[in-house]
Amino acid sequence: MNKALWVAKTGLEAQQMRMSVISNNLANVNTNGFKRDRAVFEDLLYQNVRQPGALSSQSSRLPTGLQLGTGVRTVATEKIQTLGNIVQTNNSLDVAIQGRGFLQVLLPDGNIAYSRDGAMKMDETGQLVTSSGNVIQPAITLPSNATTLTIGSDGVVSALVPGSSTPTQVGSIQLADFINPTGLQAVGENLFLETASSGSPSTGTPGLNGLGTVIQGALETSNVNVVEELVNMIETQRAYEMNSKAIQTTDRMLQFVTQNL
Amino acid sequence: MDRVVFVVGNAGKQLLRTQALNSHNLANANTTGFQADLANFSPRIINGAGHESRAFAVAGNNGASFEKGEIQPTGRTLDVAVNGDGWLAVQAPDGSEAYTRAGNLHININGQLLTRSNHPVLGDSGPIVVPENQKLEIGSDGTISVQALGQQPNTLAEVGRIKLVSPLAEELKKGPDGLLRMRNGTQAEASTEATLTSGALESSNVNGVEAMVNMISLARQFEISVKIMSTAKEMDERTTQIMNMS
Repeated sequence: MNKALWVAKTGLEAQQMRMSVISNNLANVNTNGFKRDRAVFEDLLYQNVRQPGALSSQSSRLPTGLQLGTGVRTVATEKIQTLGNIVQTNNSLDVAIQGRGFLQVLLPDGNIAYSRDGAMKMDETGQLVTSSGNVIQPAITLPSNATTLTIGSDGVVSALVPGSSTPTQVGSIQLADFINPTGLQAVGENLFLETASSGSPSTGTPGLNGLGTVIQGALETSNVNVVEELVNMIETQRAYEMNSKAIQTTDRMLQFVTQNL
Repeated sequence: MDRVVFVVGNAGKQLLRTQALNSHNLANANTTGFQADLANFSPRIINGAGHESRAFAVAGNNGASFEKGEIQPTGRTLDVAVNGDGWLAVQAPDGSEAYTRAGNLHININGQLLTRSNHPVLGDSGPIVVPENQKLEIGSDGTISVQALGQQPNTLAEVGRIKLVSPLAEELKKGPDGLLRMRNGTQAEASTEATLTSGALESSNVNGVEAMVNMISLARQFEISVKIMSTAKEMDERTTQIMNMS
């Protein structure tokens, strides 16, 4: 059938995809450590109907050809790894990373995942875990009778136990960094997995070698900008409407043929 | 046999093609750095015996529109928008130099600076490679400076300069991959006329209203062609009626 219909269909699909990306961003506007997505579009290949520059006679060439584009496609949804807002929570188990770096989390299957969500919890053995109960790596176990817990900007975790006047160091948080953090694969639960395009992680002490510092009693919120998403939503809706209008118009053209001939 | 129907039949076919081209523009209304395709028609006169009434319309595309899209701030350092008449130089898969205005760049694991379609961005001397860094800045002339891991902010290192070109619009043509190339197959000179804004992207330059008006106008023209076809059909029917023997 007519190509215009299919071209406009790719437009509808792309706008629909963008709308779902925007909805996901808006739904996660209050998710700690969430990085917003952006849908990236690219024009599809062009078809050469008439080759520009082809000989139209022995001594002349076609000045312009006819190249028909075949629509649009979504090439990627990329995570925009900008820093979210840092909010004070005053909870001693909350940490925010100011700068580059991810917390390392041990998944039940033995793999390591990476997260910027620093809302840590304690499990029944005193280990620091994420909200889903996955153990933070390297594992840090707090003494059961600890009264206060301090996390330094370099990630050193120390606890004060009754009967002692000096805090004892119980472990330290290490951060992982990637050359291309945008290439990490988001797997839900605020976690990311290493991929071939993110590169392998380089771990280190917070604050050294370009890694960010750790702030205790604060959390990094989502980096979704609500106003921007709403503007994107309007843009998407209008583009969707225009493409559906294109389908309608092409349909009417074909209808006109069938009715009049 | 009457020739009317062939002339308008051809016109209908060309109009449908142009409608597809217009739909392609509409489909890319949100594609970063997209440059709208322009359609044109040219007459192809066919000389026959007697009255010269036949001129077939042939649709072509006049290349791309070089109007500017809107600059949208994104806050991401690796997003660049070109100010003024200019293009970013990238390497096409066949190794040739091509140009684009889609500046949503990223860095792969080898540190290569790529566009979103994975074309390496060219510097003054070949593809740009960026070392692992904690901060990256792109200056208005395309100069990339990085603060390497573990370095102080006062030790910014320059790693290259994005090649910006600003050839005349008529020297460029759009290839089947959507990238622009020089018509004569050469490489454009690096230019200082064009500048970059980091942290922003240029939206598609498709004018939604204009494309919608084009769409309506093409649809109406198409209806006229079809109407002429049906008139030609009626004329033929009348002729057979009059000439009917019985």
